[in-house]
Amino acid sequence: MAVLELTNISKHFGAIHAVSDVSFAIEPGEVVGLMGDNGAGKSTLVKMIAGNYRPSEGSMKMDGAELVLHKPVDARRHGIEIVHQDLALCDNLTAAANVFLGRELRKGVWPLAVLDYATMYRRSGEIFKELKSETRPRDLVKQMSGGQRQAVAIARTMLSEAKIVLMDEPTAAISVRQVAEVLNLIRELRSKGIAVVLISHRMPDVFTVADRVIVMRRGRKVADKQIARSSPEEVTGLITGAIEQVA
Amino acid sequence: MAVTLDQTIAHKQHTWLSRLLNAQTFWVLLAVILACIYLSFATDSFATTKNLYNITRNVTFVAIIALGMTLVIITGGIDLSVGSVLCLCSMVLGVTMHAGYSIEVGIAAAIATALIVGAFNGVLIAYLGFPPFVVTLGMLSIARSLAMVASGNTVVFEFGPDHDKLLSLGGGAWLFGIANPVLYMIILALLTGFVLRWTKFGRHVYAIGGNEHAATLTGVPVKPIKVAVYMISALSAGIAGIIQTGWLGAITTNIGAGLELQVIAAAVIGGANLAGGVGTAFGALVGAALIEIIRNSLGLLGINAFWQGTFIGGAIVLAVMFDRIRNFRQSE
Repeated sequence: MAVLELTNISKHFGAIHAVSDVSFAIEPGEVVGLMGDNGAGKSTLVKMIAGNYRPSEGSMKMDGAELVLHKPVDARRHGIEIVHQDLALCDNLTAAANVFLGRELRKGVWPLAVLDYATMYRRSGEIFKELKSETRPRDLVKQMSGGQRQAVAIARTMLSEAKIVLMDEPTAAISVRQVAEVLNLIRELRSKGIAVVLISHRMPDVFTVADRVIVMRRGRKVADKQIARSSPEEVTGLITGAIEQVA
Repeated sequence: MAVTLDQTIAHKQHTWLSRLLNAQTFWVLLAVILACIYLSFATDSFATTKNLYNITRNVTFVAIIALGMTLVIITGGIDLSVGSVLCLCSMVLGVTMHAGYSIEVGIAAAIATALIVGAFNGVLIAYLGFPPFVVTLGMLSIARSLAMVASGNTVVFEFGPDHDKLLSLGGGAWLFGIANPVLYMIILALLTGFVLRWTKFGRHVYAIGGNEHAATLTGVPVKPIKVAVYMISALSAGIAGIIQTGWLGAITTNIGAGLELQVIAAAVIGGANLAGGVGTAFGALVGAALIEIIRNSLGLLGINAFWQGTFIGGAIVLAVMFDRIRNFRQSE
């Protein structure tokens, strides 16, 4: 059964139709590349899945049950995690502190409930190991490479039982070697049965790691194909509008 | 591969020694200790019980407010109103007690005043998006003016039926001959240090200073925490005001004038970074101590008091210079 299913989703801002009548489903452990030019409706679509916007029309289902999100916290509670484009990291804190930011673990009883440093260090160490990333929980994020920073942001999504991870341009501003690291992180997520939606401008990344590609243009879904049956040339054509639509 | 992933992840990059040598607070503390040793030999009057009693007591007023200020600075804000808030709270205490109310009522009124002022600052800054500098600059003017209104710009020195209680609260030495204000300072410093290091609130204060946008995205209640931080800052000024009133035994409408700059200097010398995200409670105490020792020693060494500002200003620049040098090394 699909972990997430969108049916005829639309979003209007006044007279502007940012997203029109988009439907698709994502299976567990599937990596879907979401592509499109600026203003094609990618971010609006993702913000609806993340609980930032409510769809004007259409419905979302998670594991077959109706999904209504009023705010981002609801999405997180349903197992939808987001890796923001700027990663949302605090440079002055350690990797572990960043992983647990907003959901710090405590021990003891109120008013003497104190931060549980030992468990947070251990748990983040375990997650970094699962991600096969050489990231030390006690290091300040300030001193980390772009790949390690990505690992910290992705580690956050693995604290709870995430079902879907939305990644917004994770490879936009990092070096070639670090891109390879990030793509490996995405493969690790897939191997755990987590579905990944990869929003990207970079054709090679999507074709390296994704199973499927969805292309948006002017608010509409114009393609939804297995990567193996598509090509970068076709996707480029779809993004620019040189190719109108494919089945 | 010789080093496994496990070993890399478990590796601690910083030993306690390297962390110590990297801390600005450590070097300032070293400067304080060296200055004390030098002054003990160079003057006859420094290492006397009386002088040390004086120094420790004088440190406290700046140090207590510097604790609250450090929290504000860690979030990336600033509170210029603390000197005036100290004056206003002292006046509220004095006027209430002068009118015949008990010391409990007086202190409650003073603390309530501080919390209201802090909440006003905080709400304007956190919810309405005002720059902290502007809001607290306005409050600097408002609070002192209200203190003048409350007292009719007179000196208050009679505190009603609980007059003696108030004086012993601020001027006494209930434990081992340590001046009472010093005891309050130590208790408040331990409390602040605990909150910063061991509570979720403290962690979030650092997170807001590090990257406010990230804190918001990860679900940290940024706005309520900012309001709380300005309330704590005003509260620390209020507490210092109450203690200072008890110690001086009289209040004029110009007490605490210019104090905000000393307090900010103490926090910055102690390692708080005005850009946000960095600072400690212990640092605030050490910074306040260094300023007081400079002031005290210039007098004892017979140096003209006009030089005071130069030395304190030099200490600010020098303390921050350590931090800059370290950053240069890291970026190379």
